[in-house]
Amino acid sequence: MPDAPLKVLIVDDEAPARHRLREVLDDCNSAVPLLVVGEAASGQEALTLLSTTLADLVLTDIHMPDMDGIELARHLLKLPTPPVLIFTTAYHEHAIAAFEVHAIDYLVKPVRVQRLLAALDKVPRLRPLSDAKLNRLPSSARRFLSVTERSRVVLVPIDEVVYLKAELKYITIRTADREYLLEESLTKLEEEFGPRFVRIHRNCLVARSAIRGFERRVSADGDAHWEVLLRGVPEALAVSRRQQFIVREIGRDAST
Amino acid sequence: MRAIINQNRIPLALPELRNLGTVLRILLAVNAVVLIAALVGETRWSTVSDAWVQATAIVEPQLLLALLILYAAAPWLEELPYGVGAATILAVTLGVSLAFNTAMAAMFSEVTTGVLLRRLFLALLITASLLYYFALRTKALSPAIAEARLQALQARIRPHFLFNSINAVLSLMRSEPRRAESALEDMADLFRVLMRDNRQLAPLLDEVALCRQYLDLEKLRLGDRLRIEWHIDNMPRDALVPPLVLQPLLENAVYHGIEPSSAPGVIAINIFLRRGEVHAILRNPYQSGGRHHGGNKMALANIRERLALHFDAEASLESKVNRESYEVHIRMPYRTGTESEAVRA
Repeated sequence: MPDAPLKVLIVDDEAPARHRLREVLDDCNSAVPLLVVGEAASGQEALTLLSTTLADLVLTDIHMPDMDGIELARHLLKLPTPPVLIFTTAYHEHAIAAFEVHAIDYLVKPVRVQRLLAALDKVPRLRPLSDAKLNRLPSSARRFLSVTERSRVVLVPIDEVVYLKAELKYITIRTADREYLLEESLTKLEEEFGPRFVRIHRNCLVARSAIRGFERRVSADGDAHWEVLLRGVPEALAVSRRQQFIVREIGRDAST
Repeated sequence: MRAIINQNRIPLALPELRNLGTVLRILLAVNAVVLIAALVGETRWSTVSDAWVQATAIVEPQLLLALLILYAAAPWLEELPYGVGAATILAVTLGVSLAFNTAMAAMFSEVTTGVLLRRLFLALLITASLLYYFALRTKALSPAIAEARLQALQARIRPHFLFNSINAVLSLMRSEPRRAESALEDMADLFRVLMRDNRQLAPLLDEVALCRQYLDLEKLRLGDRLRIEWHIDNMPRDALVPPLVLQPLLENAVYHGIEPSSAPGVIAINIFLRRGEVHAILRNPYQSGGRHHGGNKMALANIRERLALHFDAEASLESKVNRESYEVHIRMPYRTGTESEAVRA
């Protein structure tokens, strides 16, 4: 479809920056037919918008409160047809060095028409950034986990996660309200979130803040093991023999 | 850089005799000399403390008396050329020493002429050494001032702020040209102050005006997220302060306290006069998971250094994290008038 205008979504936490980008996009319109399908002031807002609106290109600021541009890029990959993404930034920070190394496109604000045009020209040939590539960018731990449900991206704030349990192909995310299925690796999650979670079993990470206490259980065949009691969810989780040391390590703090 | 340092060569100046730091340094140095004399003069530990106490009883009254006279004469001394001033200080110490020892001789008649001459010589020697030390200190610090100024210039305004502001002004150009104009004027004023020679103290009122312009620019891009509370009704408007003593702190407050959160945050600025001292307290929301604070430390160290260069021990800067807020407290002596505040040590 050579004639269909390029659908663009603008993401920036600063209103003037969004406004300016829209003006420059307007200037490009005669050379590259495009349509701004929306503006979002945050990553969350962008994802909500994209659940109902299609976009070919997302222009996102790197530094934003709550969810930065790099985290947004990761969540966008969970969409059925991920848009192409170009980062914008007001200043060459250290992070930008990594962008250069991995040949990831970015625009420096204030954005010039010529520079934007060049970037827009490339869009049809660009593919969404791969997860592997994004992983190489310097970024802090995500604030949200994201899962795809009925072709929409649902965000689960990491603060609400009670435990993560690996089951066959998926990881179950348990919050106080419900469960979600996530397609990621438990080891990678453990690395990313570090001390927030504690491994109680080969297949299970529990949020340290959700641990209410430990209880010793004797099963029918006489084997005794420890179980973790959790805040907000009724089920208790078994601590494997190998991870038993954590009972002593945090058991006392939790029970007091 | 070298050229700039050379341009700023500071002429020799007498120590600031009313400065707490100077007085402390003199007291410490003289007492250290007395202690060393006692340690060297006595062979046995048990007699060292006796000798020290005895020596202190003789030295201390002279020292305090001399300091008192110099304190009183400080404004007059500062007017004199360096050589005459230094000679006057030497004469004062000699005079004090002579008067004291003569009085002692009259009362206890245990001071022989030989002892008297030795004491006078010692007083002269210590005073001359101290003057030499303060002269060296001025020399040692003056390139540091030029360098600190340069360094400050680089550290003060984050490039991040510059480019974001330019971007914000650009966004106003087409739709609200008048607001764009006033924003550019604010930027011009801000950078004029940033780029000038900032070694002279400036009125507090000017610094507050500059802070307002800076915050107006930040409001332009952050909108409702940035809220400011000024509590400056009781501030001493004529107090002389180092230029850019507050603005970098506000920049930190915006960068670390406001930008990392999508919810609105308040920056509170409290300036008042208490017991002859100017206090400035800045408070902003503390974002625990926020950005690394390296830049913040650099700005604080920078301001602390400039406060020390201007006021020595009479000024301080403290920062603390409360549960949900971050607070910086600056304390400075209340100075007014047009006194040219070339840095002295």
